[in-house]
Amino acid sequence: MDFRLTDEQQMLAEMVGQMLAENCSGADLRRLLESGESRDAARWEQIVGLGLPGTMAPETAGGSGLGAVEMALIATACGYAALPEPLVEHAGVAIPLLVAAGADLGEALSGATIAVGHPINPFVVDADSATALLLADADALHLLPRDAVSLTRQASIDPFRRLFRVHWRPSAETRIGAGLWDKALDHGVLFAAAQLLGLAQRAVDLSVAYASERQQFGKPIGSFQAIKHHLATAQVKVEFARPVLLAAAASASPVRISHAKIAATAAAEAATHAAVQVHGAMGYSWEVDVHFLLKRSLALGQAWGTPGFHRARVAEHVLSAPLGADRTFGLGAIEEIRSEAA
Amino acid sequence: MDLNYTPAEQAFRAEVRQWLAAHVPSEPLADFDSTREGFEAHREWERTLHRGGWGMVTWPIEYGGRGLDLIRWLIFEEEYYRAGAPLRVNQNGIFLLGPTLIEYGTPEQKARFLPAMASGDEIWAQAWSEPGAGSDLAGVRATAVRDGDDYVLSGHKIWSSRAVHADWAFGLFREPGSERHKGLSLVFFPLDAPGVTVRPIARLDGKPVFAELFLDAVRVPVSNRLGEEGQGWSVCMSTAGFERGLMLRSPARFQVAAAKLVALYRGRADGVEPEVRARVLQAWMDADAYALSIYATASRLMAGGAIGPETSTNKIFWSELDLDLHRTALAILGAEAELTGAAPDAAADIGDWLDGYVFSLAGPIYAGANEIQRNIIAERMLGMPR
Ligand SMILES: Cc1cc2nc3c(=O)[nH]c(=O)nc-3n(C[C@H](O)[C@H](O)[C@H](O)COP(=O)(O)OP(=O)(O)OC[C@H]3O[C@@H](n4cnc5c(N)ncnc54)[C@H](O)[C@@H]3O)c2cc1C
Repeated sequence: MDFRLTDEQQMLAEMVGQMLAENCSGADLRRLLESGESRDAARWEQIVGLGLPGTMAPETAGGSGLGAVEMALIATACGYAALPEPLVEHAGVAIPLLVAAGADLGEALSGATIAVGHPINPFVVDADSATALLLADADALHLLPRDAVSLTRQASIDPFRRLFRVHWRPSAETRIGAGLWDKALDHGVLFAAAQLLGLAQRAVDLSVAYASERQQFGKPIGSFQAIKHHLATAQVKVEFARPVLLAAAASASPVRISHAKIAATAAAEAATHAAVQVHGAMGYSWEVDVHFLLKRSLALGQAWGTPGFHRARVAEHVLSAPLGADRTFGLGAIEEIRSEAA
Repeated sequence: MDLNYTPAEQAFRAEVRQWLAAHVPSEPLADFDSTREGFEAHREWERTLHRGGWGMVTWPIEYGGRGLDLIRWLIFEEEYYRAGAPLRVNQNGIFLLGPTLIEYGTPEQKARFLPAMASGDEIWAQAWSEPGAGSDLAGVRATAVRDGDDYVLSGHKIWSSRAVHADWAFGLFREPGSERHKGLSLVFFPLDAPGVTVRPIARLDGKPVFAELFLDAVRVPVSNRLGEEGQGWSVCMSTAGFERGLMLRSPARFQVAAAKLVALYRGRADGVEPEVRARVLQAWMDADAYALSIYATASRLMAGGAIGPETSTNKIFWSELDLDLHRTALAILGAEAELTGAAPDAAADIGDWLDGYVFSLAGPIYAGANEIQRNIIAERMLGMPR
């Protein structure tokens, strides 16, 4: 048992965080919005250059062969930066789906993206900029080129979330697999949770910086206890969502993954609300970056399953499975312990 | 990251489980705060634990411990709570002072105090708070005056848990004329020493859980000081780190309570409002999150890391979790929630939930009030201005 990130994992997280800190500032986000483009070509090129789309693709297919923990760290960094490009769903959901279906990754590692229409989500994100879409017909998985479907854009509160209703028709030629949607759900949920955790931390950090500068009554507002306590309370939520997320990524347990989503959503909600409050009217304005985080949190908190959906998944386990202090990890092996000790 | 127990850890769990199954008293002991008998029954249990080598598993073997790492400590605690073993009457000693003694004590002090602590022969109380020094602990006024090889202690301590029956206490004392964090020393004194008067104080449920200590020229040898003279503050903060951060509240305590809460809910789900179900699930998830977080901290400390601001985040989280667990139980019990265990119509476990709730109200106050912990998080973890 060793619940620590490895040095390589830590370095990966820092490297992605650093790259995004340089390329994805609030000013960069605003510039992208004004351009009307769906992605910043230079930033995306850098992301692809680092091989991030292939994080979870096997090395034999030209990927990095890394796991859900590494992808969760990358997704956390993307959440922290409020990254507009569809790296997380592409690398964390679409590519593992293609790999599981035994399909060719094509150009998916070299810049082209694939959008995912998981049945749990009513709309497909970033479908317009994708080269292809993975879509569900009951349990079956279909892969369609972008120009084989028609899209109706749905405006989201998050200006960077390009949502679409997809009109399409399944056929034998487009079908590439079946029985793969459950695993895709767990990936989608886990990496949404990771983004929520990252954006929660960003909301606290932005607020700490602002509260240390902004003066009222002759001192920084951050010296006032009411302000401190808003942010300390949010930080406690972040601290206790993080180990759940990492354990969920490491164990791939659906119950923990749902727990991680609930905890990260609560942390993001607390942190973004505190951020609006701590920034005062600035927090309610377009000028500071807080609203980008607030909007992303609103969207991701309901995407990939609402809190109610995830509570039901946790409830199914909690209200029927045997529980206890000895069951935090490795439930199977515990049975052996029981018979040994009996 | 490897979230699997090693075979050796699994074997350790089986060993603990077997020993506890053979030794945990079949009937619960009388509580250790209400009567001397209850206290002594718990002392006997500490002795039994010690004879089995389970007094304090993380301590070095020569001081009555087992020399085990923190993951094994967590496993031990999981099995301990799972087995329903008695609460530890010597927790101020073994969980708080003990680790500090191991870090700062001289070899003579360790040899003198640790084995007797591990065996339950000497049960400890913590004498930090004073009537004028609660949250502002650096405001203590009790003094230690050097007189040759002795200190002469004088002053008034308060809220000292378990001091009514305990044998020894550790407290913060200042050199006369010193101010705030300077000139403080951490000194041990026997509670039956000449000049010590112990006055029990009843908790809000009427039990004499804590005490006031009046110290009138109490003489103790200078060798009863832990750490350097005048350095008591940093030594005491190390103890506070253990108290808030790790040892005082192991996750198993809350995981077992959460499992009981779920069982209570399963048994009575029909009459319960839907929102209560969400609270039950949340409490269970929070207990799980607390366990994961402590495992992560333990892994980090075992790899040579130092305990940091997580002491304050943990303190807030476990105390609020404890409150939520019990408040939710009372919500399930509805009109029966006000029944004490003595009520003829009280079902077996009802009184325990009420007692637990009353105790959980204290969590956000002791071990450093949560408001103070939030200040610490804001200033030391987030770097906000003072
Ligand atoms: C069950 C129980 C057991 C205890 N056991 C022991 C023991 O064994 N040994 C021991 O030494 N002590 C013990 N204590 C005492 C405990 O450590 C103190 O109660 C605690 O430190 C708070 O101090 P106080 O009670 O004087 O409250 P105060 O310091 O008077 O605080 C009262 C309220 O004001 C708030 N407050 C104070 N200062 C600030 C500030 N700067 N900013 C914001 N809010 C503030 C506090 O958070 C609290 O809500 C125990 C207490 C309890 C309830």
